[in-house]
Amino acid sequence: MAITQQKTLAINGDEAVALAVKQSDVDVVAAYPITPQTIIVERFSEYVADGEVETEFVCTESEHSALTACLAASAMGARTFTASASAGLALMHEILYVTSGCRAPVVMAIVNRALSAPINIHCDHSDSMVERDSGWIQIYAENSQETYDSIIQAFRIAEHLKVLLPIMVCLDAFVLSHTLENVQVLADETVQKFVGLRDVPQVMGHEGREVPFKLDPSNPITMGPLDLYDYYFEHKRQQEEAMKVAPQIIQEVHEEFSQISGRKYGNGLIDAYHLEDADIATVCVGSTAGTTKTVVDRLRKEGVKAGLLRLRTFRPLPLTDIVKTMENVKAVAVMDRSNSFGGHGGPIYHEIRHSLYDSPTHPHVVNYIYGLGGRDMPPAIILNIYKDLQEILKTKRVKRDVQFAGVR
Amino acid sequence: MTTTPWKFTAKEIVEKPELFTSGHRACAGCGPAIALRQIMKATRGPTIVTSATGCMEVVSTIYPYTAWKVPFIHTAFENVAANASGIEAALKVMKRKGRLEHENVDVIAFAGDGGTFDIGIQALSGAAERGHDFLYILYDNEAYMNTGIQRSGGTPHGASTTTSPAGRVIPGKPQYKKPIADIMVAHDIPYVATASISSWQDLLVKTRKGLEIEGPAFMHVFTPCPRGWRYDPSKTIEIARLGVETCIFPLWETIDGEYSLSPQSKILALKPERKKKVTEYLKMQRRFRHLFKPEFKHVIDEIQQMVDKRWNRLLKRCNMTQASQS
Ligand SMILES: Cc1ncc(C[n+]2csc(CCOP(=O)(O)OP(=O)(O)O)c2C)c(N)n1
Ligand code: SF4
Ligand SMILES: [Mg+2]
Repeated sequence: MAITQQKTLAINGDEAVALAVKQSDVDVVAAYPITPQTIIVERFSEYVADGEVETEFVCTESEHSALTACLAASAMGARTFTASASAGLALMHEILYVTSGCRAPVVMAIVNRALSAPINIHCDHSDSMVERDSGWIQIYAENSQETYDSIIQAFRIAEHLKVLLPIMVCLDAFVLSHTLENVQVLADETVQKFVGLRDVPQVMGHEGREVPFKLDPSNPITMGPLDLYDYYFEHKRQQEEAMKVAPQIIQEVHEEFSQISGRKYGNGLIDAYHLEDADIATVCVGSTAGTTKTVVDRLRKEGVKAGLLRLRTFRPLPLTDIVKTMENVKAVAVMDRSNSFGGHGGPIYHEIRHSLYDSPTHPHVVNYIYGLGGRDMPPAIILNIYKDLQEILKTKRVKRDVQFAGVR
Repeated sequence: MTTTPWKFTAKEIVEKPELFTSGHRACAGCGPAIALRQIMKATRGPTIVTSATGCMEVVSTIYPYTAWKVPFIHTAFENVAANASGIEAALKVMKRKGRLEHENVDVIAFAGDGGTFDIGIQALSGAAERGHDFLYILYDNEAYMNTGIQRSGGTPHGASTTTSPAGRVIPGKPQYKKPIADIMVAHDIPYVATASISSWQDLLVKTRKGLEIEGPAFMHVFTPCPRGWRYDPSKTIEIARLGVETCIFPLWETIDGEYSLSPQSKILALKPERKKKVTEYLKMQRRFRHLFKPEFKHVIDEIQQMVDKRWNRLLKRCNMTQASQS
């Protein structure tokens, strides 16, 4: 495969999502608008109105119904997409679990926004982080280019017969969703060829013969049944097994995509920046990684061995990659753009500290909760975090393990 | 809409394969299970069924068994109309893209009164407004039976349930039943009907109409529940019939918003002397037993008054104003 012809468009993150969905030959889009996701739904509505897509677009009366409609259409064997944020995602909560439990490979864009109350439309990760246990794969994009690329990859990953799990592609509210960026876009045919047609696996039907895993009048099966203590547990274990296979598929799809686009994001699971010889490092997801990279560059020029680990996938958690890339790091600061109230630190902190517990170097791991409700995360604050890490490196002592950064 | 009503013989119906089969775990004498079996006898070809959480889903799909011989999906309690929306959207696009094997596939969504009057009304209203082509069946057993007989917006006035118990002070449910079928008529959808398992031919004809019609169709089916209404399981059909004969549950339909009475209720409009008193119906069910105590007798009068008021309103809508008061 060769890198194909691409166009450069000045578009924002939401528009990049809408375009990727348009090009991915999606059968059913069902969605409900919420700031800062609205542009996705509006652009897509325009594609429908102008006859540029064959997609059936269902403008539902709520997010609960939007995800439900996607789930049911997916059970028909259709390729489906929805998008939401904040309160909308929270309203979907119940159906998130039903979707993954039904093994419906729905793809959803989440434009990360704070949760009420008080009501706030700006960026933080509280909305998607709270859904980390819902059985969805979560990809966090650093910029709009990665958002575009990840949406296209998401269909291939979710629908892969060894995976069959729904995916959230998360992008930061406003910082990405509403900010113009030069995005390289592939030709329609290239994307269509890459995503292909959705396939469904064969499963044992009720009448003892193999049937396609979908609602098909020629081969009736019952989906979403009552499943009690005699089978439920096995079904949940199967979901976990799919999550265990997912990293390999995510990496394969990422690699294949790089061959037509020329773009890569680390190894597809993690994006390690100057970690090979780093003494100190921060860990984060999303657009803050972009700012942090410039801070790392500056520190490197000053001779400080600083690095950054950006998690591209938070679910499945790339545990072995985390341990391996952080092998030589001695002090780590995890940056969480959400809080687990009363839980001593944010969700990424819990995972990273847990991942590094068995690491032979046993680094110090501290946590900074930052940017809630769209509070800016300027380079100066990030620089201070690296300063704190240098202090820990010097004194071998942690003064405060969990703190807020950039709060009054 | 002009369709000639579907004609069939009892023999044809009996011989038609069961699509909702035996072996499910519903109670003996379960009204909703009778309704589903009858409704599935009226399907006209490839059909996909989706249901809300509730007794009928729970009794018919205990993994790894199923009573369904058609594709079936359940996802949650409040969203069956959204399931139907997604299925119908997928059918449309697959047909457009040449990926649908069948010329036509019908979609039936069903839910109980809880899943319709209460928690599911938003999804139902949305799907009706968007005009998806599907038949929605409300099987009304007048309470949340699956979770242990709690009151719903469909529970009638005075009925004792576990969340509207007949106490020393409050005689069962204080409120009246929400006129759900009229609410669906107000959505201006092409077809709305009420039906009872005691009039199975009428139920079958209406089901077929609902399937044939393009766009959303809604059918409210009266389905007594021996467990929740507290009567002997052998009396299910008798009670359903009394519901119709007392005009507590009149049978009617609207085609493009025009109301007309169905035969079993029309006869009561023409011969008002045949309309039975509500007490005949109430006295058979222990959920109303407390109403026969002297201190709560007024509730029976209230019920009779409300039944008469709604019946007269219905007669007006059916242009049958000449009927006398009962
Ligand atoms: C969101 C949600 N709330 C509550 C429940 C619990 N629940 C399951 S079925 C049911 C009642 C069903 O009542 P109805 O729709 O009348 O059906 P029936 O069981 O009477 O046939 C309830 C409250 C649930 N499953 N989901
Ligand atoms: S409780 Fe009522 S509705 Fe539920 S299965 Fe038993 S008889 Fe049927
Ligand atoms: Mg009920």
